[in-house]
Amino acid sequence: MKLELSRVIQGGCRVGVLKGLGKTGQHSLEVPGCLLYTRCGTLPHLTQHTPHNPSTLPSVTQVTLSTIAEHQEVLEEFKDGFRKFAGIHDTVLYCSLHDPVTPCPTGHITNKTVSVWGSGGRIELTVARFMALQKAVQPDWYQSMADGETWQSNTSRKRVRKSVDRTLAHLDECLLIHHKTQELQGVEVFGVVEGGDILEERVRSAKETAKRPVAGFCLDGFQTGSMDQALRTQLITAVTKELPEEKPRLLQGVGKPDEVLACVEAGVDLFESFFPFQVTERGCALCFDFDVSPDPERAGRAPLTVLEQNEERDTTGGTPENGAGNPDHQTQTMTSFEINLKDKRYREDFRPLVEGCGCYCCRNHQRAYLHHLLVTNELLAGVLLMVHNMAHYHAFFSALREALASDKLDLLKKRVLKRRYMENEAKE
Amino acid sequence: MAAPIEFGADTNTSETNMSLKKAISTVPPLTLRIVAECPVTKARACDLILPHSAVNTPVFMPVGTQGTLKGITVDQLDALGCQICLGNTYHLGMRPGPELIEKANGLHGFMNWKRNLLTDSGGFQMVSLVELSEVTEEGVKFKSPYDGKEILLSPEKSISIQNSLGSDIMMQLDDVVSSTVTGPRVEEAMHRSIRWLDRCIAANKNPDKQNLFAIIQGGLNAELRKACLDGKTFCCRGTLLDFCFFIWVKISFPRFVEMTKRDVPGFAIGGLSGGEEKDDFWRMVTLSTDHLPREKPRYLMGVGYAVDLVVCVALGCDMFDCVFPTRTARFGSALVPWGSLQVKNKQYAKDFQPIDPDCQCPTCKRHSRAYLHALFKNDTAAMHHVTIHNIAYQLNLMRSVRQSIIEGRFPDFIRMFMKRMFPSSAQYPSWAVDALASVNITFD
Repeated sequence: MKLELSRVIQGGCRVGVLKGLGKTGQHSLEVPGCLLYTRCGTLPHLTQHTPHNPSTLPSVTQVTLSTIAEHQEVLEEFKDGFRKFAGIHDTVLYCSLHDPVTPCPTGHITNKTVSVWGSGGRIELTVARFMALQKAVQPDWYQSMADGETWQSNTSRKRVRKSVDRTLAHLDECLLIHHKTQELQGVEVFGVVEGGDILEERVRSAKETAKRPVAGFCLDGFQTGSMDQALRTQLITAVTKELPEEKPRLLQGVGKPDEVLACVEAGVDLFESFFPFQVTERGCALCFDFDVSPDPERAGRAPLTVLEQNEERDTTGGTPENGAGNPDHQTQTMTSFEINLKDKRYREDFRPLVEGCGCYCCRNHQRAYLHHLLVTNELLAGVLLMVHNMAHYHAFFSALREALASDKLDLLKKRVLKRRYMENEAKE
Repeated sequence: MAAPIEFGADTNTSETNMSLKKAISTVPPLTLRIVAECPVTKARACDLILPHSAVNTPVFMPVGTQGTLKGITVDQLDALGCQICLGNTYHLGMRPGPELIEKANGLHGFMNWKRNLLTDSGGFQMVSLVELSEVTEEGVKFKSPYDGKEILLSPEKSISIQNSLGSDIMMQLDDVVSSTVTGPRVEEAMHRSIRWLDRCIAANKNPDKQNLFAIIQGGLNAELRKACLDGKTFCCRGTLLDFCFFIWVKISFPRFVEMTKRDVPGFAIGGLSGGEEKDDFWRMVTLSTDHLPREKPRYLMGVGYAVDLVVCVALGCDMFDCVFPTRTARFGSALVPWGSLQVKNKQYAKDFQPIDPDCQCPTCKRHSRAYLHALFKNDTAAMHHVTIHNIAYQLNLMRSVRQSIIEGRFPDFIRMFMKRMFPSSAQYPSWAVDALASVNITFD
């Protein structure tokens, strides 16, 4: 893969295209961008890989060992790799270790192993087993095995140092096995930068990982909830300073629009797109504004009127009842970027989820219908919300790229964070 | 307003539909065109012209209880070739309620389904789901499961809700009696249902757009079966009648006669999918079709197993509905010409062929049993894949049945179907063999 940057702004934000992806090298992914989050190869709830809007979805699909490690035997018997197994043909496959949505129970990592949790329980992975899995999965690129259990607030310095050391050791072992494995020729490896919330460890991890022959870098241990954004920005900025400019940086576990914006400014290129799935699982729809086009006629979305903004404000902050999805998935607190469709106010609202949104859900259905589906616990709610939330999120990234290319980042930030500002004003 | 009969070739072209739509205000909301009749059995292939589109019969109607087929978008349903599906008056009447649906341009507008809808009356749910308070001449009083308030479902109320839903076919509210009940209650229910039919007809605000079907209920009772019929003769097309089932006829026949006098565009045969003996079941069905008018559609409620569908088409039914195919899909059970396949079973973990190698549905064209097996551990999409396949299976079955009737080879189709479904003819269910024999189908 090759990262072609068209712009680098203030030594932080980068805009460009990641080219030469996939075995044939014909795929590309624009940055800043996100991967297509899947559970076992297909978008959650969805039976069609590209639901009605193929052009707007990213060309790189993410699968996680959390969801497919338990199928190792099956994949080994299948022999043709996970992509073919899942029927997802025209895409680039990226394999990561943990599912960003379901946090792992802690305390199971050892010097030589990490664990993932499948439907049948814990699966312990040595580097050897990890690499055997990659051989069976046959991704286009994967992250090396890593110890990222530093996101808890009381992680000791010693523990953080260990995570950096182990991760580097795992990376070296992975690369060794990688080069000996026929089936992984042409497959790229990302090194993983650890270091918890300790600046020195972060810098050390970055410097050391950069010395290895990797195609890019995963930034781990920064997931939402592990630290506040100010610290995250500080650490990521320090990390990216140590990383080669021409290699992509993928940030794991961070997906909220405000966090995405801040991390892009700190030098991140790629994100996972699990956030729309989380929003779906709590029965909510993304609706934040990101339109910065000058011509209102050309604008894809109509900005919310003041009245609507005031209406939406009331629904933030609480944790709504379980909406579309599985109660096992961590339904984090609702954000200010979404509306809670289970709320009574949507019962007779015959507008689409977001005016001007071109997704299948907004073209065909109304808020009142989604409300009904959620109230009656119907499976279709998850399907429709997933379609919309994915479309909205990816359109946000598209807008972000455009804003960066045309010097409108500040305007974009204002739009996206608009309701956040209003909330803060209301509190004061 | 008798439904006009038309004979003709199978011309369900878009042209036909377009000219039909133009003329819609001057034609009745239901027209039945008998395209072909099987000379051996009682089967027919028809074009049922309804307000939203034509429906090719025999037809299986998937059930979308709460204004949605579980997990499937209307786009997907349309792509499978579904021309009519069901909505449930009881559930939708509770949530979100008729007023809201009316504001949304009816159930069609609310769920954005452009083809036909059939709604039942709410009667069955009243009996099967809720705490039944009282059945009076007025209607059925029951307690709402959502707020405990007492609700009266009368013929007028049921039709009013269905008018708001705007379905193309509505079912009358009938006095539903469990097939285990005996005695005078059964007769009372029969007579009341006729009176309620009349009230439903009177209450229909949209007779030019919404078709009201009458329901012939049949009680079953082993003791009552032994009585003799008093002097009524039947005109049956050479069917073998078991006269031990006379009592059902004794109860229902007068109702038949009474109901068939009403000018309704279609009839449903109800009360026959509640777990009664299959030997009784098929006899009730064939008796019904013998005495229902030829030129009106026959809707057999609650029937959905493949064998039942094929047999009941042979016995003269045109329309069917059942939750079974979609419900069983969500448990991982995929329907196939040789029975069913439990995708969640370990034996399929490494089975890399599709559910049915001959099936053209989106699921079979893209995914293997092994992948679906794995997906079931992770994501709801697995259920949806199997749901799509099962609907495709049912619709395809009916399409094949119809084609074979049109081409005059339905008896051969039945034989091939049974051969595929059962490992040997010794395993053909005896009730099915009897039923088919009654319409001149035998197996060597």
